[in-house]
Amino acid sequence: MNIVGEVLTTAIPGSVALLYPSLGELISERSGVTNLGTEGAMLAGALSGVAVTIATGNPWLGVLASLVAGAACGALHAGAVVWRRANQLASGLVVWFLALGVTSVLGSPLNGQVIDPLPAVRIPGLADIPGVGPALFDQNPLVYLAYVAVPALWFFITYTRPGLTLRATGERPAVVFASGSHPSVIRFAAVTVGSALAGLGGAQLSIGIVGNWSDDMTNGYGFVAVAVVIFARWSPIGVLIGSYLFGAALAVSSVVQANGIAVNQYLLDALPYAITIVVLVIVSGFGRSNAPESQRDALSETQ
Amino acid sequence: MHKRTRAAIAMMTAAATLALAACSSSTPGGGSSSSPATAAGSTTTVGFIMVGSTDDAGYNEAVSDGAKAVEKDLGTSVKVITADQIPENDSVTQTMQAMVSQGAKIIFATSYGYFKYALAFAKAHPDVTVLHQGGFLDGTFPANFGTYWGQAYDPVGLGGMAAGGVTQTNKLGFIYAFPIAQTIANIDAFELGAQKLNPAAQTYVVNTSSWCDPLKQKQAVTALLDQGVDVFSQHQDCQSTVIQAVKSAGKKIVGYHYDAAALYPDGWLTGSAWNWAPIYEKIIGAVQAGTFTGGIYNANWTGSFATGDNPLELASFGTSVSADLQAKIKAEQAALTKAGSSIFTGPIYCQDGTVLVAAGKVATYADTNSFSCLVKGVVGTLPSN
Repeated sequence: MNIVGEVLTTAIPGSVALLYPSLGELISERSGVTNLGTEGAMLAGALSGVAVTIATGNPWLGVLASLVAGAACGALHAGAVVWRRANQLASGLVVWFLALGVTSVLGSPLNGQVIDPLPAVRIPGLADIPGVGPALFDQNPLVYLAYVAVPALWFFITYTRPGLTLRATGERPAVVFASGSHPSVIRFAAVTVGSALAGLGGAQLSIGIVGNWSDDMTNGYGFVAVAVVIFARWSPIGVLIGSYLFGAALAVSSVVQANGIAVNQYLLDALPYAITIVVLVIVSGFGRSNAPESQRDALSETQ
Repeated sequence: MHKRTRAAIAMMTAAATLALAACSSSTPGGGSSSSPATAAGSTTTVGFIMVGSTDDAGYNEAVSDGAKAVEKDLGTSVKVITADQIPENDSVTQTMQAMVSQGAKIIFATSYGYFKYALAFAKAHPDVTVLHQGGFLDGTFPANFGTYWGQAYDPVGLGGMAAGGVTQTNKLGFIYAFPIAQTIANIDAFELGAQKLNPAAQTYVVNTSSWCDPLKQKQAVTALLDQGVDVFSQHQDCQSTVIQAVKSAGKKIVGYHYDAAALYPDGWLTGSAWNWAPIYEKIIGAVQAGTFTGGIYNANWTGSFATGDNPLELASFGTSVSADLQAKIKAEQAALTKAGSSIFTGPIYCQDGTVLVAAGKVATYADTNSFSCLVKGVVGTLPSN
């Protein structure tokens, strides 16, 4: 197999685990709320996914549970930020701390227990494309869902009426209010749905890829998701590029080593972060930023 | 301002919640099996600090099992307290401090990265005996500090024999965390063991830069599968992900740290598993008897097959290992129990052809702690600065 195919095979599942939280963060931020609790929602999703899969034997119930757990984390954050006007950054970190603590306690008995990960479903024809076919089209269904999710989200926020309302909430909440919608409700919904997607990312990690739970298994990928959204300047296509780039760079480390190629390991470890930031900054030099206007207020010290 | 105060309170609540969560996970299940008030002087409080979860089917579960055995075996003469999931940073110092506040007189710091914290803590607290698991102090020992470990590479070499005897592709995979001396010795021993039964066997190495990062472990397995690797081994703290990934691919696994045959009975060949209780109990006994300082544990202590006290033992054989192969491995194990024998018996050559162990020589434990090259037959390089 060629090395590009090897990197793709290794990278795609992990990229998807990052893509879902990034898309969720995008939805949340487009409504005007930054959610640093994304990391916590991923952990909650990863744990509840494994727990429910072990309890019921059905990984799809596990996926469902991860969505619910992620949404619960989001609702907590949204409740604090939207209804209680808490500081967004502080509240997000609180949710993360909380999820980290709770998942490591509740997950303790599950450490070391294994489940069969979601099986790959080979798509006939497409999977036979030389080189990239098996990498792209012999994956689990959550990966395929991610292929559809990006254009769907892009279409939603660009061309639909609810998408417009979402964006308007992020830009000028007062205008949304004047037009008869409730910015608070929209933000609550956006953060909750976004966080549910973060939970789904956690499920892709725990039941889609590795088939077990281990403490703090997200290793900061939730924060990477937040960074990807910002560096991608709030564009779904940018988020797509950023997530796959990060996942690929992460995989390069393993593939390069397995091929016996001598490269400085510490450089390889830094590569995902460096390459993602550099490429997204260059890419975002073209076109305008989609930074929601109210984000500036939310994140500034002057509010 | 008001808003910021509220944020600060929220932060503190979070910190408190986290601390609570950490406590409830770190406080031992049956910590207090004795009543210290009635047995003042005869009860020693012993603390065990672990970097990962006590249920990781790996390194930390082995430590936890050892701590439980100490509590059971030594009864009222000890009070065992444990803390798990303590990161390799200042947290370990805080944890040791907290244990001392609870009366701990002996502390076992069991993760490799705890070394400098444990050593500094021992120097600052002469009344507490601090043991570091797996470290190697090249210098003068404080009177209240010791390290202990096993010649892990001998059982790992036996695991390598199993891998070499079973592989169809002659390609073995070894997934490790950091290029530390212990790990380098393990990789070398694994390859040398494999060569005993299969001179053509090669070991492909991938590191993950983490003791337990499931995503990277899975990626390492995927990348190695692409190279045609059909038998895997590892030096990670948690084993589950790699075993599960190998199982999904229908390949074979040689375990490390813990006997996890139950996770994948058909594909588990064998492995090495820690049995820490005997050495823990001997060290505690030495401290209680007042013979610790200046004794064998107030130094770099190592158990081995040759001295009959290796804390790392050969794990059980899986169902796919033939009786013939088992016999060969057991014969080699028996040979290693002879004084002065080791898997690192020269001549052994590095990848670049330089001599690692000269012909006729046997590497000592101290020698292996300065190993910095991979042996011939290993494919891949060590991370360089």
